[in-house]
Amino acid sequence: MGIEEVVFHAKIAVLLSLTGAIVAKNLYPGKNLYQKVWDDHVVQQLDNGQFQLFIALHLIHEVTSPQAFGMLKDKGLKVAYPARTFATVDHIIPTDDQSRPLADDMAEKMVQVLSDATREHGIEFFPPESGSQGIVHVVGPELGLTQPGMTIGCGDSHTSTHGAFGCIALGIGTSQVRDLLASQTIAMDPLKVRRIRIEGELSPGVTAKDVILHIIRILGVNGGVGFAYEYAGSVIENMTMDERMTVCNMSIEGGARCGYVNPDETTFEFLRGRERVPEGDAFDAIVEKWRTYASDADASYDDEVTFDAADIKPTVTWGVTPGQAISIDEIIPDPKSVDGLEKSLISDALDYMQLQANQPIKGTKIDVAFLGSCTNGRLSDFEQVAAVLKGRKVNPTVRAIAVPGSEKVDKAARELNLHLIFEEAGFEWRKPGCSMCLAMNPDKLKGDEVCASSSNRNFIGRQGSSTGRTILMSPIMVAAAAIEGKVADAREVFGLVGSR
Amino acid sequence: MNKPSTKVTKFNGKGVYVRGNDIDTDRIIPARFLKCVTFDELGPALFYDVRFDVDGNSKGHVLDQVQHQGAEILISDANFGCGSSREHAPQAIQKFGLKAVIADSFAEIFHGNCTTLGIPCVTMDKSEREKLVSLIETDPEAEIIIDLEDLKVVCANNIFNIHLKESAREAFLAGTCDPLDSLLSATDEIARIATKLGYA
Ligand code: SF4
Repeated sequence: MGIEEVVFHAKIAVLLSLTGAIVAKNLYPGKNLYQKVWDDHVVQQLDNGQFQLFIALHLIHEVTSPQAFGMLKDKGLKVAYPARTFATVDHIIPTDDQSRPLADDMAEKMVQVLSDATREHGIEFFPPESGSQGIVHVVGPELGLTQPGMTIGCGDSHTSTHGAFGCIALGIGTSQVRDLLASQTIAMDPLKVRRIRIEGELSPGVTAKDVILHIIRILGVNGGVGFAYEYAGSVIENMTMDERMTVCNMSIEGGARCGYVNPDETTFEFLRGRERVPEGDAFDAIVEKWRTYASDADASYDDEVTFDAADIKPTVTWGVTPGQAISIDEIIPDPKSVDGLEKSLISDALDYMQLQANQPIKGTKIDVAFLGSCTNGRLSDFEQVAAVLKGRKVNPTVRAIAVPGSEKVDKAARELNLHLIFEEAGFEWRKPGCSMCLAMNPDKLKGDEVCASSSNRNFIGRQGSSTGRTILMSPIMVAAAAIEGKVADAREVFGLVGSR
Repeated sequence: MNKPSTKVTKFNGKGVYVRGNDIDTDRIIPARFLKCVTFDELGPALFYDVRFDVDGNSKGHVLDQVQHQGAEILISDANFGCGSSREHAPQAIQKFGLKAVIADSFAEIFHGNCTTLGIPCVTMDKSEREKLVSLIETDPEAEIIIDLEDLKVVCANNIFNIHLKESAREAFLAGTCDPLDSLLSATDEIARIATKLGYA
């Protein structure tokens, strides 16, 4: 089905719902989750052909939202549905000393502006020490604010993370944050849907992070432009919610506007008992509603791709985009093997990374190990690493930091004494925030340091130094690199055979 | 905010070609410049890390070359604007003085952000776009005219076809790049949906 047809279908659906007709289901036998959630939330079609979409949950943080409040003020507008918006601070917050006022004046000002704006407009705000602060994409799910069948908007591209719960979760720009605050809606074009099935069983030492790095490597960093990705297949079905979030998180690195997994028992069990989720009979009732959003068995897709889990190995990047990746036992590509622009892109990336073509990536010396971010900063990530780290030591040449994704992750990890395992191994255990995922707080690379990172972007300068170098990998691969002082195969370092 | 409330369908000026696929928003505006509560100061920081060394000296980036001073049309390769949803990237482009972007393809969120700000992101077939680049490399003073009504680019007596997402084109032609007023006009319907879905 082409984009015109999607538009056509969406138009028909709107027409039908506007005229009160209820035959849509019979006309189009199967719908995927994207279509169901979209249809439920469409307000109207706009003159330019776009659709006005109601957004069920709006999450805001200090970097992209203060300006939007300014725009609102300029126009004399109020926040339309303040109870549908939640705020926290993550990007600029230091991970060592979070006491106020923050040491950096501009950071302090950004927190202050957000804090004032949320108070003025009656928006709930989770500041540091509230017990609920953290990276916005960790906070939403753990509080149970993120629920199946929702449309979610946030001025941050990794909003795609929330798709793990069966949501259309969209990263938006500041003007759209303004639109959302003012109207609880945004204008957008419908997306196509590509179903990506990963079938089979992952080998020991291969994680959700490797799955998504592999997908991006094969489909390309712009392969998903115009698409929502539906992740399916036995590998996804067997994943925990944390793992599904890791996969959906990096949909944006694959060019897709959002990614999702159909809600199932794993989703419902994760949400049961969460702070913002109904209890008792109300929970049972809402689960029944959530179930209806999953893609129908006979749903159609604009495109389908299937991966064999057996082909996926621990994957690491060698270049400056997340698609410039290879498995740990491969050699770095040779620009001479390709032509045209691609040739210069590879050689530019190798120059920047100071890596040699045709050499193994394994053995590349690292200076920093970073464990955290909205990709891999949840409790299970630290549990998994602690299990292999116990009794081992970080190489003395490596600066290693572990940064929980939220105050709740931090608290849970401390209750399990995980922080002690990390500290004994030589990691610094920090306070929650985005930290070294990007350079907006004091955690930065220096000069041309190489960082083994569990985050999601290896762009030039991403980690705070214009010559800093990032190698993306899974948390256990970061742990292996930290111990060896160089890029290493976690399966060998930790003897991971036979168990997942 | 520099939003066109009246309709603008033609964009013209000198072009500048920034080479590379997958030019990401961190490259367009490095994250440390995002520490701001308004967008006003972003222009000079455009492409900062590839334009300047650690001491702030020019590395001779194309944007800083004398023949490209005053360029108003940015040209690049595929997947331009990938990465973050930060509106700081199009804001920096606009504040720098660039009015339109031509590339082989664009990242989705970036494209949407630009449209809202009134920056058209038009695409051309690769071979034609390469020809356009060679025209401005031969004569950096050559004027590029982007016509959104006819979907054409004119440069040095050459006419090229361009593509623009239909909804974006409609918005430029109608002078409704900023959708807020239309969104706000549906208050009752919004309330109905909020109630129906249990969000009210
Ligand atoms: S952890 Fe990184 S990717 Fe995630 S929200 Fe923070 S800065 Fe963005």
